[in-house]
Amino acid sequence: MVKKSKINHILVPEHKKLSDKAKKDLLDKYNITLNELPRIHLSDRAISHLEPKVDDVIMIIRKSPTAGESIFYRRVVNE
Amino acid sequence: MDEEYETPIFKKVSSIEFNFLSPTMIKKMAAAKVVTPELYDKEGYPVDGGLMDIRLGVIDPGLKCKTCGSKLKECPGHFGYIELARPIIHIKFIHLIVTLLQSTCRECGRALMAQASITKHINHLEMIRKKKGLIESFDYTKKIISNLRSTNKCPHCKRRQQKIKLEKPSSILENEKRISPIEIRTRLEKIRDEDLALFGINPTSFRPEWSILTVLPIPPVTMRPSITLESGERSEDDLTHKLGDIVRINQRLFENINAGAPEIIIEDLWDLLQYHITTYFDNDIAQLPPARHRSGQPLKTLTERIKSKEGRIRHNLAGKRTNFSSRTVISPDPMIKINEVGIPKEIAMKLTIPERVTTWNIDYLKEFVKRGADKYPGCNYIIRPDGKKKKITDETKEAALEEIQPGYIVERQLMNGDIAIFNRQPSLHRMSMMCHRVRVLPHKTFRLNPAVCAPYNADFDGDEMNIHIPQTEEARAEAEILMQVQTQLISPRYGLAIISCNQDAISGNYILTKHMKFKREEAVSLLLSIGETDLSALPNKDIVTGKDVFSCILPKGFEFHGQSRLYKKDPKDPDAIVKIDNGKLVCGIMDSDNLGEGSGLLLRNLVKHYGADATVEILGKMYRLGAKILLKRGFSTPISDMDIPQKAKDEIEEVLQKAENTVNELIKQYKEGELEAFPGRTKLETLEFKILEVLNKARNETGVIVLNSQDLTSDTRIMVDSGARGNTLNLAQMSGCVGQQALRGQRINKGYFQRTLSCFKRNDLGPAAHGFIRNSFKKGLKPYEFFFMSMTGRDSLMDTALRTPKSGYLYRRLANALQDLKVEYDGTVREASGHIIQFEYGEDNIDVSKSEGGKLNVARILKG
Repeated sequence: MVKKSKINHILVPEHKKLSDKAKKDLLDKYNITLNELPRIHLSDRAISHLEPKVDDVIMIIRKSPTAGESIFYRRVVNE
Repeated sequence: MDEEYETPIFKKVSSIEFNFLSPTMIKKMAAAKVVTPELYDKEGYPVDGGLMDIRLGVIDPGLKCKTCGSKLKECPGHFGYIELARPIIHIKFIHLIVTLLQSTCRECGRALMAQASITKHINHLEMIRKKKGLIESFDYTKKIISNLRSTNKCPHCKRRQQKIKLEKPSSILENEKRISPIEIRTRLEKIRDEDLALFGINPTSFRPEWSILTVLPIPPVTMRPSITLESGERSEDDLTHKLGDIVRINQRLFENINAGAPEIIIEDLWDLLQYHITTYFDNDIAQLPPARHRSGQPLKTLTERIKSKEGRIRHNLAGKRTNFSSRTVISPDPMIKINEVGIPKEIAMKLTIPERVTTWNIDYLKEFVKRGADKYPGCNYIIRPDGKKKKITDETKEAALEEIQPGYIVERQLMNGDIAIFNRQPSLHRMSMMCHRVRVLPHKTFRLNPAVCAPYNADFDGDEMNIHIPQTEEARAEAEILMQVQTQLISPRYGLAIISCNQDAISGNYILTKHMKFKREEAVSLLLSIGETDLSALPNKDIVTGKDVFSCILPKGFEFHGQSRLYKKDPKDPDAIVKIDNGKLVCGIMDSDNLGEGSGLLLRNLVKHYGADATVEILGKMYRLGAKILLKRGFSTPISDMDIPQKAKDEIEEVLQKAENTVNELIKQYKEGELEAFPGRTKLETLEFKILEVLNKARNETGVIVLNSQDLTSDTRIMVDSGARGNTLNLAQMSGCVGQQALRGQRINKGYFQRTLSCFKRNDLGPAAHGFIRNSFKKGLKPYEFFFMSMTGRDSLMDTALRTPKSGYLYRRLANALQDLKVEYDGTVREASGHIIQFEYGEDNIDVSKSEGGKLNVARILKG
């Protein structure tokens, strides 16, 4: 079940939660641990609708002036 | 395991601990005990047990260190020590000592706090240190201490505490009575290890009584070398002088104590010793007169060596200087190659390159030695295989020539073709340091081809630049491969040429390709003069066009399609499309859109198809061609270039008059209250907007009139049309109308009460009263117009003067923050510790320096 983001603003890109399988694939693809990923805070308003837990990975789909669309990943942290 | 795939071992520094040397440690690490202030005996040999004892290291050539057996420059030096006759307070720890005395019991040595709260505070302190860090825990320590100080009854032994005060610089008073360092030391010894954590002290590495010195380490002689003056006299280092004082007084003190001298004499000597040791650590203590040389200048002791601008940190560590480099004013020379740098002969004779002598080059290198240091190209030094350096002078020349053999190194003077790294500060990007070939030239300035001004951001209004001469084969190879001018043609910022034609080179090529015609002989001599020897591309006709001449420097088979600046104005103009077919310019004009910096793909394509080396060659010829054309034809901007026909003048007058009438009409409407306000604006604001709009439109119209009526063949106009310098606005301001002067986006509104200048009526809203300059620069400005112009001029001057350092620092911080990011093989951008910053570089994975203006030409890639 994917809820729509409560923030509907042009500057807030689409955030999605990765499934466990997708998360593992991502870490394998870049040969990294969660530690190497950029971070996002648990209480970030942009992901509150996803009901995130610590160590979830969030996929962010942004509009990019150079590439049209670019995909970014962040790991949920609480510190 | 295969060695190649083994992960590299690296160690992380988790913490650094600075400690105090314990008396035992000082004795342990000492190589000698110093007992006499004498330095040398009658023969000039260092005295055993003296301050220059050869067990402490060697500073004289020929002597061997008694501790490690090494010679000068090999022996790092060894510490010694002296036993102090009486304990001495370490001045840098005086505050710690006072705090400890104030916070502990004078009888039992416990912290003035009940056992329960001691444990509580220590645990809390540990928690803060772990959670928040050292600084926070230190703050908490301060709080504890201020608490302890105010306690005046020991909770452990219930005894009353006395008031302890510091009397600067180094006496401690208890109830206005001085306590001796011996007494202080016994009190500090009584403090328990368990209580020390309260004060932020780690008892495993520091005991408070160590801050009262009983032994003093003597630094190795290598850190206080003496210098031999020309008269043969020895002059000792400041530290040696100071240590001499200390040892002398210490010995006197010993003798007096042993002889049972009266207490007053001993006290006096003790104070004197305290003074000497204090100034040995720091000669800049407020309450103490600094120790001086006989000449009266203060001694530079330990603290002075480290701190302030001339200290070790700021002077030697942060401000290192380099050899084999040079700096002077720069000036342009379009006739040297783009990858060359002109170096004055005087400088070339100072800078050297080491060349190792072999059986194959010995004769060649001997020639340099034969010429000596004063005849170019000569040799300044030779280095023997044992590392000894010998200067070549007229006297030593003959001997050196005899001596030289394979294995020696000859430091020969700089010659044409050598490699130099050329640099201009601020070094903001990698093109600020490029590798050039040396070209030794007369006169006293560095010469550079004006085509490389853009990457260095240099001009010739007095700029200075630096060169560095790489000294090893590796350094030269690296500079050549990574830093040569050729390798920097395409900017990694926008993927287009940054080294390109500018100014005269653009005007020249524009004139050439636009309408020039030559007799064949003229064309040939022109091409030869710029260094083009392959004339096969020149058509076999008596009269050749400029386009033919330009084609001669293009590589055969070069294909290019592009646009010139004309295209934006009139796409149908025959010269609007640039077309190069099989290395021949068929149509189109060479202007800044094709040759200029950061625009057009002509140079980009040349690099792509023919390589960087060929391109600099071609670019150099292009540049010289442009400059030569202007030289041949003559090029100047006379005042008459600003003239326009009477008809155009009348038109401009009419446009301005009409605008003024419109403005007056608007003002009238406003005064009668008929003006409709814009949403969210007042009526006055609306009026201002409308006036600005009308006046700007009028100025633009005058600009169009100027452009249409001007002599299109004037040199001024050629510069603007070719994009070499200046723009249409400059032309309009010179011949048409300067236009509205604005401060912060508004018409000029400040000055006197209800008016800008006293030559206007109060509340005049008209154009002239608020900074509209109706005249052109050619015609001349009215006094009030000139004043308004000065206002905006001063404003923009201040603005640039204030903004440049600010934005410079902003950029510096950004560049430093990003400097070790790197694109990994998996395409991610990561920082040094492997954390991902970006998943795809630039979000599109394009290496801009390999693209064309940041984009990929997919069509051409498919074509192959």
